[in-house]
Order: sequence, then C-alpha cells, then structure tokens
Amino acid sequence: MAQGTLCNNRPITTEEELHTLLADTHGKKYYAEMHELDVDTDKLGQLIEKTCKSRIRTWLQICSRCGLCAESCFFYLANNHDPKQVPSFKIQKTLGELVRRKGKVDNAFMQKAMDTAWGKCTCCNRCSLYCPMGIGMGVMFSYLRGLCFSQGFVPWEMKIGSGMHRVYRAQMDITGEDFVDTCEWMVEENQEEYPDLEIPVDKEGVDTIYTLNAREPKHYPEDVGDAAILFHIAGENWTVPSKGWEETSIAMFAGDWEGAALQVKEVYSAIERLNPKRMVVTECGHAYRATVIEGPYWAGLESGKTPVETIHYVEWVLEALKTGKLKIDPAKKIKEPVTYQDSCNYIRNGGLSAVGREIMAYIAEDFREMKPCKEHNFCCGGGGGLNGIGRYRQQRNIGMKIKRDQILETGAKLVITPCHNCWDAIRDIEEVYKIGIRWSFLKPLLLSMVIVPEHLRVQEEE
Amino acid sequence: MYQFITGPLLWFSFVFFFVGCVVRVVLYIRGLDWRLDRVTYTKNISFGFKGAVRSIVFWLIPYGTQSWRANPVYTLIFFIFHFAIIVTPIFLSAHNIILMERWGFRLFMLPDAVSDILTLLVICCAMIILLRRIALPQVRILTKPHDILILIITVAPFMTGFFAYHQIPDSEFWTLVHILSGEVMLVAIPLTKLSHVVYFFCSRAQIGIDFGVKRGGMKSGGMKW
Ligand code: SF4
Ligand code: SF4
Ligand code: SF4
Repeated sequence: MAQGTLCNNRPITTEEELHTLLADTHGKKYYAEMHELDVDTDKLGQLIEKTCKSRIRTWLQICSRCGLCAESCFFYLANNHDPKQVPSFKIQKTLGELVRRKGKVDNAFMQKAMDTAWGKCTCCNRCSLYCPMGIGMGVMFSYLRGLCFSQGFVPWEMKIGSGMHRVYRAQMDITGEDFVDTCEWMVEENQEEYPDLEIPVDKEGVDTIYTLNAREPKHYPEDVGDAAILFHIAGENWTVPSKGWEETSIAMFAGDWEGAALQVKEVYSAIERLNPKRMVVTECGHAYRATVIEGPYWAGLESGKTPVETIHYVEWVLEALKTGKLKIDPAKKIKEPVTYQDSCNYIRNGGLSAVGREIMAYIAEDFREMKPCKEHNFCCGGGGGLNGIGRYRQQRNIGMKIKRDQILETGAKLVITPCHNCWDAIRDIEEVYKIGIRWSFLKPLLLSMVIVPEHLRVQEEE
Repeated sequence: MYQFITGPLLWFSFVFFFVGCVVRVVLYIRGLDWRLDRVTYTKNISFGFKGAVRSIVFWLIPYGTQSWRANPVYTLIFFIFHFAIIVTPIFLSAHNIILMERWGFRLFMLPDAVSDILTLLVICCAMIILLRRIALPQVRILTKPHDILILIITVAPFMTGFFAYHQIPDSEFWTLVHILSGEVMLVAIPLTKLSHVVYFFCSRAQIGIDFGVKRGGMKSGGMKW
C-alpha cells in the first residue's frame, strides 16, 4: 500500500506530525504525494457496507433525475448554469459510483471525488429544500467527505485542521493556558472602562457557560472582550471553561468523524464538570452545527441533544433585548440601510430565521432582506471549510458572485454576519469584487448602541 | 392466452406489486439508524411527526413549496401527470365494470369522455417530460436509459388502453397488450425508480423528521418548504 509521508490515510495525532505538515507550504509535497496514494478498496468497501444504510442508498436510488435541484445550487448559478454543477450530477458521479462499485475505485476517482466534495459543494443543504424526493444532498456530500478522509484524499488544510482538533482540541494551535491568558488580557484591556469586568473561568453552577471559536482568542481577542462586556452589562451569571471552550469543528468539514467526536466530547465534559444551566455559543454557524446539532450524535447521546440546553449567540442577544437586560439607545440605532446574512448552519439547518429579524427591529432603522432569505438563503460561498482551502480558491471566488449580487440588490452597504465563515466570505467578496461594503458581527454593533447602566460606569473623580 | 393474462398473471402482478412495495418500505425503515443518520427517530416524536407531515403535505399541494413555485410549468405538468395516472385507472368505467362482474362491487365511475381526456393528458405530459429531458441541459446530463424506460412503462397502459377503447383496428390485440403492459407496470413499480410510489413518502417523511427534531424544527415551528 503506497502511503506518503505527508499524504496518507492516517489522521494526524501528534504535534510533530502537525508541524511537518504545516511546514509543507501550500501542501505542495502533500498534493504531489496524493498522486501516488493507493486506495485500500477492501477497507473502503467495508466502510461503505457498514455505514451506508437505507437512507442514503434510497436517496441515490430514487433520484428521478428531474433536475429541479439545479437552480437551487449557487455553484450551478455562478458557473453559468454548467450542467456539471447540478447537485444530482455531482453526487451520482462521486458517491453514487462509489456505492455502486462497492469501493472498487482508483486514485484518479478519489481525487475527483475530493475535488467535488470540497470544491463544488459547501454542504449548505439548500438543494435539499428544492428536491421533490426529499434527497439530502448536503448530508450525502458530508458523508462522501468522510469516505474520502478515511483514504487520505482530503485537502491539505482540512487534514491540518482535523489534526489540530486531535492534538489541541481546537481548530488552531492554542492551548487552554493560551485561552485563559487571552481572557485575562481582555479583562485588563477593558478594565479602565468597566472596572468590575470579569471573565469567570471554570466557575461552577453558573447560569450560562459560554463557548467560542478558537479564532476569537487567537486572532480577534477583542471579540472575547466584547462578549464579556455585553454579558457584564446584561448582568449575566456566566463562565468560560478552561478546557472544552472550543465549539468549532474543522474535523467536521474534513470528514474526520472520529476527530469531530473527540472535539465535542471535550465541550460536553466541560458542561458536566461545571454544571451550568445552559450553554451559549458564540456568533459562529458551523460551530453551532457541529456542537449543538450534530455533536450529540457523534458523542452517542441518545437524546440527540447537548447535555444542557444550548442557544446560539443571536438567541441570547434577542433574549437580552426582550427582557431589557440590554437596552438600545434609540439615537444610536443603525440608520443606514443594512442587511443580514442568514447562516445556513443555524438558519436553514437550525431553525433560527425569526431571531435575526427580531434583533434587527431593535437595532436597525432600515433593515433590508436579501432575496431569497431565511431558510432559502444562498450560502455565502465560503461554507463547508471552503474559505480555508487554497486548492479551490478560484471555485470559491466564482461561487461568491451569487452572494455579491444578492447584497448589491439590497442597496445596503453594511452586512451583519453573525457567523465566522460568512464574515470571512463577505470580507473576501469585498476584497475580490470591491463593491464597497462593510461587514460586522453583532457584538461590536451592540456595544456601540447599548445603554450602559449607571452603576457599571466609571465614577468620575471629584 | 387471454385466460392466463387476465387470470393468474393478473393475480401475480397485483400480489407482486403489493408485497414488493411492503417489502421495500419495511427494508427502508429497518435500515434507518439513528446513529448513522444522526436523527433521533424515536425521541421527540411529536416534532418528528409534525415534520414528516409538513414535509409530505406541502409537496403534495400544487405550488405548495418554493421549488414548485420556482418551476411553474413543470409543476403544472407534474401534477396533471400524476393526478391522471392515479385517477384514471381506478375510476375508469371499464375497470369498474370488470370489478362489478368479478367481485360484485365497484367504485365511482368517471364518464368515458373524462377518462379519455385524462388519458390523453397522461400521454401529452409524458411527451413534454421526455422533451424536457432532451431539451434542458441540466436534465439531459442526468438522464439515463432507465428514465426513458420507466416513462415508456408508465405510458404504455394508457396508450394501449386508448387504442383498445376506441376500437382501433384489432381492438382485441390492443386489449391484450393493454392488460400486459399494465401488469408490467405493476411489477416494475417495486423494481425500478417507479418505487418512488412508496419511497416518495418514506424519503420525505425521513427528511421531515430530520428537520423536525434535529435541524431546527424544535425552535422554528417547522421548515418552510
Ligand atoms: S431534484 Fe431531487 S430528484 Fe430531482 S434530480 Fe435533483 S436530487 Fe434528483
Ligand atoms: S449542498 Fe449547497 S453547495 Fe452543495 S450541492 Fe447542494 S446547494 Fe450546492
Ligand atoms: S459560511 Fe455561512 S453561509 Fe456559508 S455555509 Fe457556512 S453558515 Fe452557510
């Protein structure tokens, strides 16, 4: 069995392997090795036999090839209606073949499957809303990713990301100590303005445990500070865990089912250790999808639910606005036209479409919907890990045209993006297409308009 | 010959059709796996049930979903085609007369002119569906011989029935072919993509439960199909 030193069918499990892979700039050697990688057809066949049951087999079988899913896929639309981008075509030529041939496929086939599973689908699941037969295409592409991963046919960045989770229990090389340090630093940074500000770490029995996206402590520490200030103003009794604080899952994007399970179990054990009443997840779409929607299943929880009730950050914001824990200064509401990016992961696949609209009513004077919106919104173009994969940069940039046009049509210059991936993609839309827009998470916007209660303000020295 | 086709073979086709469909559904349900599918089928049943019902009902209403509304012409053809295929053979007077003779009961009977129109509609719709398959690149690329074959299997009983009824020369021959083609269709249902007769409901229910208990249904009040 030919296996490369970097590109092989073993997941990354040590820091050393991780660094070696990272040192291979752009995955040059990695992808070169991929051409030599052997497919273990027996193992692949067995995996299919064991994991591909009636739901997926029936989906593959009953597709009536009506083509109604075509126009639902932003990749199809963005690529001038290229028939090769029809969801049904993409899945039949990859997973369909793979199942029919019981895993007896070669290297070229697996590379094609990889290029389709990551480069032509973000697993946004929009097409499953347009298929009369109820075929869950995004679910099948995720499954295909798992099959590809098991054989080592996975984009370089995804292999790294999955390795990060296995080594650090976070999508980036950031340890529990690093995270706690960042929390302390953010408290210091903001103490002048909010003298009693705290980020309680590992506090037991609180109301709310807050979990986040590793990018926040690593690249956007002010987001951690903003979250703390808003909790502080709202008088929330909260904590962050020093272990199990990471919500995201590149492992999920990578199709590394085992890695994904390891990651969510870390979060669930933090919940069990600290025994909070509920969990709030930061402004991230796939993090919510991974830890709240899919996670319980990876962890084998028969309830299909997280150990305590979990809400997304947008739900927390709405609750705080409704209960008056956060009060908005009417003079500071957003006056300019503003639009809202519905994240597939917690809108279409999480049922939170109404929440965003209610928040907008509190904070914006001229809110404009994209068309289509809510459950039927298009993916930003960067979902499913696509934002982070160099190999498919071109494909992603083409796909983003749909979101670009949707935004332009609203006439808004400000896009609210309570999802890290969407935030990135919309930033990149501006970078690539220069349409003169700005984008923002909710936290900084809320901070700019919230009324800080008297007793929390700095007392002026006499 | 006639005896055999209208006797044992007819029985066989009906039994094969019913048993085949039941077996298919049973195998489908037995193959559902909450861990692998990542859907708790047996938890929060009321949400699952609601999700399944919504997922089926909205799709059975013409223009009831975004997808149907986005494709107005196809939707019209689709619904006429399916409506006529189901209604015509069940309420056709000739069929009910046979039922009366053999079993002593019958259902409501359509006037023959209406049956005729419905039959012609089936044939026309099938033609349009076929042309659509060839004309639209996004459908052409998906089309396989199997799709054409099942279209032929479906339309054949209607065409031959029409010929037989209108005494196109050698009506006896056409009657024979009509019965045979009907039997072929019955047998083909569990064996081909025509199995969507039952799988449509299975698959729609499954994804409805998925959205109902897991992907948002418990927070949103149900997917807006
Ligand atoms: S809409 Fe559904 S049935 Fe039609 S081609 Fe697409 S996947 Fe197949
Ligand atoms: S899941 Fe989204 S990206 Fe993938 S095929 Fe369907 S619509 Fe296209
Ligand atoms: S990045 Fe945002 S829009 Fe794109 S798939 Fe993820 S949640 Fe959806």
